[in-house]
Amino acid sequence: MGAQLRAVRRRIRSVQSTAKITRAQELIASSRIIKAQQRLHAAAPYARELTRAVEAVVSRSENIDHPLTQPIVSPTRAAVLILTSDRGFCGGFNANVLREAQSLRALLEGRRIETVTYVAGRKGIGWHRFRGREMAAEWSGFSDIPGHENATEVASSLLEAFSRPTLEGGVDEIHVVYTQFVSMLTQQAVVHRLLPLEIVQTYEEPPAGPIPMYEFEPSPVDVLNALLPWYVESRLFQALLDSAASEIAARRRAMKSATDNANELIEQLSREANKARQAEITQEISEIVGGANALADATRE
Amino acid sequence: MQVELVQPEGELWSGNAEMVIARTLDGEIGLLTNHAPVIGILAEGSMVQIRPDGGGADIFAAVSGGFLSMCDNRVSILARQAELGTDVDTPNVESFLAEALRDAGAGPEEPPDVRYYRALLRAAEQS
Repeated sequence: MGAQLRAVRRRIRSVQSTAKITRAQELIASSRIIKAQQRLHAAAPYARELTRAVEAVVSRSENIDHPLTQPIVSPTRAAVLILTSDRGFCGGFNANVLREAQSLRALLEGRRIETVTYVAGRKGIGWHRFRGREMAAEWSGFSDIPGHENATEVASSLLEAFSRPTLEGGVDEIHVVYTQFVSMLTQQAVVHRLLPLEIVQTYEEPPAGPIPMYEFEPSPVDVLNALLPWYVESRLFQALLDSAASEIAARRRAMKSATDNANELIEQLSREANKARQAEITQEISEIVGGANALADATRE
Repeated sequence: MQVELVQPEGELWSGNAEMVIARTLDGEIGLLTNHAPVIGILAEGSMVQIRPDGGGADIFAAVSGGFLSMCDNRVSILARQAELGTDVDTPNVESFLAEALRDAGAGPEEPPDVRYYRALLRAAEQS
């Protein structure tokens, strides 16, 4: 019996230390999520103004013929950018993104479009390496605090592939798969087509009313040429920030349920330990009583 | 009119202003209240001057590139990278500039980062 009690106590100790680790992870994630949300909000004005400006230029000149806005009639190759996390311990975060990416690739291949994969985040890179899937490019090291320079780096690589002719390995479409931060409790894996552009409103509603007649310096075409790459970058930056906030929120939730589970386990195990201890005491008493009785019987004779 | 100076990672300055002077690819542009709607691409490594309402000191900021848009008395200056003149760490920037100049060698035109560093120093000097 003594051996069982010791085994149970050892398990309690190990679960306790696990709980400590997961609790610490949860607290770290809780403190980081606020910062990640702030970054997400801080980046919104830039994205909003840029979107408005691009809308203004595009609506002003209907006959704009810019390669970044023209859908290609029969696309043959598409780039898929997948944003995953660098570290694990975040529940189904990466699995959801990768599943979404898989179904996107299946869809594209069903339409006879070849896919080229770009991956950001160590977990996604590992997933592709393990399965021997080829990646056109990979980035890592910034999944939880992406800077604008990271977005610039990724965007320039994608834009380069987009501007190359398809016959020389270029792509006709760029899709990005990432996790959208809806709220602390909800994050959703989504797919967006980054190029050719669909002008999308990001966070806030546009102020009502028609778009004013802008003057352009130097000219509408030059303005558009300058704005579009920045717009792509900004969309990508938003996706990175969304993904970072989602990752941390997912980690917080995963760690919270791990801590809860561990505490439940500790409770169960301590009941077991108490039972074992009680059984040991009962046994000892009955042994003593039995021994005393035997002694008394022996002396009586 | 309302002015905001924004970079991708957040807002740098916002408030009401009398006048904004910036340099677009076409040349200097000065914006006063009720200026017609305009969108202009900022020259790389240029300076933006904002004269706030109420007669405070002018604000100078260096921008590495970006654009400005004005509409309904709201001016948005979107910079890919920007810094207020008062925040510039002059000795640090000077060393960066020296380094960038050394890397650049003798070209006909200065690279964008050199121009941005120069703009930073000018902004620091003026404010």
